[in-house]
Amino acid sequence: MGVDTQMRGRLTIYTTFAVALLLAVIPVPNWAEAFIPDWVALTLIYWCIATPERVSVGTGWVVGLILDALFGSLLGQHALALTVIAFLTVKLHLQLRMFPRWQQAVSVLILLAIGQLLVIWIRGIVGQAPGTIAYWTPSIVGMVAWPWLFVVLRDVRRRGRVT
Amino acid sequence: MITFRGRSIRAPTNLTRLVLLTILSVLLIILDHQGQHLQRIRSTLALLAFPIQLVAALPMRVGTAVSDFFATEHTLKENLETLRTERLELLDRLQKFEVLEAENIRLRDMLGSAARVAKRAVAVELLEVSLEPFSRRIVIARGTHDDVHVGQPVIDAHGIMGQVTQVSAYRSYATLITDPGHAIPVMVNRNGLRTLVFGTGDQDTVRVPYLTASADIREGDLLISSGMGETFPPGYPVAAVTHIVNDPNEAFLEITAKPTARLNHGKQVLLIWQDPAAPAPMRSGAAGAKPAKEK
Repeated sequence: MGVDTQMRGRLTIYTTFAVALLLAVIPVPNWAEAFIPDWVALTLIYWCIATPERVSVGTGWVVGLILDALFGSLLGQHALALTVIAFLTVKLHLQLRMFPRWQQAVSVLILLAIGQLLVIWIRGIVGQAPGTIAYWTPSIVGMVAWPWLFVVLRDVRRRGRVT
Repeated sequence: MITFRGRSIRAPTNLTRLVLLTILSVLLIILDHQGQHLQRIRSTLALLAFPIQLVAALPMRVGTAVSDFFATEHTLKENLETLRTERLELLDRLQKFEVLEAENIRLRDMLGSAARVAKRAVAVELLEVSLEPFSRRIVIARGTHDDVHVGQPVIDAHGIMGQVTQVSAYRSYATLITDPGHAIPVMVNRNGLRTLVFGTGDQDTVRVPYLTASADIREGDLLISSGMGETFPPGYPVAAVTHIVNDPNEAFLEITAKPTARLNHGKQVLLIWQDPAAPAPMRSGAAGAKPAKEK
């Protein structure tokens, strides 16, 4: 693999993360907030499955920190959640690749829920935990969105020749 | 294998990285929660975040610009008419207000207590981006550069919206009174009964948790800021009581209220700079500046 292709691959990965971060902060009306999946976590899970030697724990941490800066939340909160998600995904990436799409989606639901659980714990400790059950819907929406996102990102990966 | 000072060492495994980064995250969280130690890291990260926020706010801006462009003469005239009537009504009320203010100052002089009034209020623009899901905060397009500081009250035309909780050079974050981590001291306008109003995370309800069944409070009562804690100026409307449940099994009444400020509308808010003659807001480190935590 030449240096050029490697650079290009990196650029493709960075671009997808930039788009995911953008989608995370794009303004939506308040009622729609519960129906927005966690794009950043989903993108991270995809790259951890597809190219675990490039995108793993460190990437998750850095992206999480940027997300915290964007959200104005406690620094480290989303960084921690995404680090754990990345670790688990890389650990399981061989199984996840073998799974049929629906089973993959269920695994993604569990991964997203673990991330959300970490975030709500931290927010609970500092006394800012939201009390609504709607807090968990983004994980479910994430599961539904996964098969489509998978196809889109696979296309991006092939086009960008990221290996 | 990586070589480090002539010796070859193994690259850290994912588990090692996980442990290290987890410790680092927890440290960051603690430091950030404790106060403003991370201001420099935050402003560096804000530089990274800045272009993303700008792009995210773009569709809304374009939408507004387009709708402004296509506004018909008829709507503009209608708007102008409403504004004119409103202005006349307000001027009328202002005449009475000025007399009352003078009288109030005289009375306070006689009582020997200083009047605390907001010194100046400036309309600032909001940045239209979403923040962390299920937190209630807004981004204001001003920062330390424009003299915005932590703990500053944010209001709109109808009441108190919240307070500034994080400031960088050109951006600041304000926590709304509906945020689950926010509390504001209030009193009942009708009888001066003092209590606290907490956010719920829900966009148009707040709760009033610490009143017993014997408290004189009714549905429809207006809660105004009491000025205790000295973060918020006294006398501004905060919320109106919508629902009171008296469950004999509970020690306190379960009271919900609706904020009077329009928290989800509008592109502008008012930032208040309070009278410097008034006692300075208590700010030991950042503890006093952060929104009150629920015990």
